[in-house]
Amino acid sequence: MQRVDLFPTHEYQGLKLRTGRPYPFGATVVGNAVNFSIYSRYATDCTLVLFHNHEEEPFVEIPFKKEFHLGNVFSMMVFDLDYENLEYGFRMDGPFDPQQGHRFDKTKILMDPYAKLIVGRDVWGKQPDWNNKYQYRSRVVFDDFDWGDDLPLETPVNDLVIYEMHVRNFTCGAASGVRHPGTFAGIAEKIPYLKELGVNCVELMPIHEFDEFENSRPSPVDGHMLYNLWGYSNVGFFAPKAAYASTGKFSMQVDELKNLVKQLHANGIEVILDVVFNHTAEGNENGPYISYRGIDNKTYYMLTQDGYYFNFSGCGNTLNCNNPNVRDMIVDSLRYWVTDYHVDGFRFDLAAILGRDQNGCPMSNPPLLESLAHDPILGKTKLIAEAWDAGGLYQVGSFPSWGRWAEWNGKFRDAMRRFLKSDEHVLDDVKERIIGSPDLYASQNRGIKASVNFITAHDGFTMMDLVSYDGKHNEQNGEDNRDGEDRNNSWNCGWEGECDIESINYLRHKQIKNAVTMLMTSQGIPMVLSGDEMGNTQWGNNNAYCQDNEIAWLDWNNLEKNADLFNYYKKIIKFRRMHKVLRYEYHLGHNDYRNLGYPDFSWHGVKAWQPWTGYNNLTLAFMLNGQYADYDGTPDDFIYVAMNMHWDMHGFELPQLPEEYKWHVFANTEMAPPADICEPGEEPVVENQGEVLVAGRSIMVLVGKKPVQKKKSKKVKKTND
Amino acid sequence: MAVVYKMGASLDSTSSPKEQENILKLFEGGDNVIIDMTDTNYVSSAGLRVLLYSYKVAVSKNLNVYLVGVCDDVKDIMDMTGFIEHFEIFDTMEECKKKIGD
Repeated sequence: MQRVDLFPTHEYQGLKLRTGRPYPFGATVVGNAVNFSIYSRYATDCTLVLFHNHEEEPFVEIPFKKEFHLGNVFSMMVFDLDYENLEYGFRMDGPFDPQQGHRFDKTKILMDPYAKLIVGRDVWGKQPDWNNKYQYRSRVVFDDFDWGDDLPLETPVNDLVIYEMHVRNFTCGAASGVRHPGTFAGIAEKIPYLKELGVNCVELMPIHEFDEFENSRPSPVDGHMLYNLWGYSNVGFFAPKAAYASTGKFSMQVDELKNLVKQLHANGIEVILDVVFNHTAEGNENGPYISYRGIDNKTYYMLTQDGYYFNFSGCGNTLNCNNPNVRDMIVDSLRYWVTDYHVDGFRFDLAAILGRDQNGCPMSNPPLLESLAHDPILGKTKLIAEAWDAGGLYQVGSFPSWGRWAEWNGKFRDAMRRFLKSDEHVLDDVKERIIGSPDLYASQNRGIKASVNFITAHDGFTMMDLVSYDGKHNEQNGEDNRDGEDRNNSWNCGWEGECDIESINYLRHKQIKNAVTMLMTSQGIPMVLSGDEMGNTQWGNNNAYCQDNEIAWLDWNNLEKNADLFNYYKKIIKFRRMHKVLRYEYHLGHNDYRNLGYPDFSWHGVKAWQPWTGYNNLTLAFMLNGQYADYDGTPDDFIYVAMNMHWDMHGFELPQLPEEYKWHVFANTEMAPPADICEPGEEPVVENQGEVLVAGRSIMVLVGKKPVQKKKSKKVKKTND
Repeated sequence: MAVVYKMGASLDSTSSPKEQENILKLFEGGDNVIIDMTDTNYVSSAGLRVLLYSYKVAVSKNLNVYLVGVCDDVKDIMDMTGFIEHFEIFDTMEECKKKIGD
């Protein structure tokens, strides 16, 4: 039966039209029509501009009639469009009065803020036609994907091991061996690798559409092109980056990304998106008209009293996140990624900005963050904040959470790095970090699950560089080494940069193993930077945002060269995933509140039960009692970790175990591979149950359990017959 | 029993409605369908959906749909976007008929 509200009522240059539906915003296929709907509070007129694919000139421009303008929404249905061969945009008319915040310019063709497919940068690095008057073009998307039974995995957050990665950097290296390097499809080909490593969540650096040519320039150092590689600069909040899809040139990036998510899910791997809602690619007063500033500048951006752009993002402008309409757009975007892409969670870049009011002041109960915490569709979606911004707001431990938000724990990174390089004044801090940062997250019932622990992330040194460089080496970025973090808490182990000195390289590998051991045996959600597991170097560049080349790309040859690191990462990750006593959701009691004979968690030192901080505050040990992790009738083992960041060897007296239990050694970072770590579950018994010797700058991990009785092989009695 | 359907050179939004209609008609006769794509060198998003929809209809009628002569480019696109997982693809008609015993 035909619906009467899908009957054309108007005609314009041969195209049939009728009043559109204001909701949802964007372009939606309704029967044989496309419904176009766009909000602008201050625009006086709007025109829909339609192009055939890739054509320079539009084939029609349809003004929204007065009767198509309801409240502040322009909406119109256009019938019988071949929407696979259609690009659309808008012209907005209204005041140009920057002091009042208005920058309307009807000569510009503007992208739909709700565009779910954006074309114009379809093949990575292909020079666009800069004379084209409409650079980033909205298209209508096919949103029917065959998901089968797939849904977000809802893995308990405390069980995650996150792998932070970049779509291009992961497989662009010549040795990656994938058919489509640098794409979603390339990641799909590497799923067996991710499974072998043992991570169960990938956090993709921004995959919303952005422009790699934004601020692209030849390097003043050697002339190679510098691109906006990382993509922390959104063109659109609803569309995937076309050039990250091998099928982007056919505009099939939506299907390719959905297929990647589906395949990752089928292998037990969650997907978290790094989302950038703090600013857009339109920059400041001098930036281009892409969409928002031409559609409703005063709504979308935080502006000073004189109409200039606040710059809390350090990128020219600041999205006006707590304007109710922008807030709705952000919520709509997140819901869309969860419902249509089955995404498992989000990490919010410079999330402190999301808590600033329209004048830039931090709010105590920011409505946007509260909306997200209570949103029905995002009800089980992981929400992780980078709880600071470029305007100086630092909210690690105090980010408004409503018990829902986790945070990148920057204090974990700083404390562990300092401990790793034998800084003598950090032990108290380190102890807080190991037990899930109760100083930060014990309040508001946030718990250990609020702490995303990391030692390295895309910002800053890779793990190999953390142990190979005292200072950053960002000259290749063309800013005279001024960019990037100066306080890295790194130590080069005795030589700046790569070297052939065996003892130094041995120490570096050991330090990396120490670091990942700290990460995996601490309470909280561990996050590994992609490539660290194979000793990836950026040659000291701690801000490789623009290096679309071997500096930032993973060199897969390292997998063989640093096989011991990969082996160590793989096993320590498996160890963590096998031992629930390492993955508590809430903070520990530090006493024996169930009368089990041992406290749930206890600190030790070179003497058992005595957390003496001698040797320059560089030794510590702790023990976890696995009986306290018995939620389902299966207790875990005892785990004892001795960390000696002093440069001399020390004996650590071991706590006595219950009868029949023995200490077994799982890892000893001092030992040469393969004796550095063993297969989890197959740990050999420690010879001296009273004490272990832990070498200088080394960590030992022991497991307390009943020794496995070796099965006696049945002897066949020989007969003399 | 399987009937062969010869697909045109381009399966896009322009050709899709007609091709879809033709394929669905064949299922009405209760036959499995072999789609001969030997001459098809372009399949768009809309085209992929014609294939998938045909597959879904076939399954709902306990029938099969087979693809023959899919060129490498199209096969690659189907692979990257996940559409390939639903289909049995054969290089030649002979191979297909031999396999399905037709």
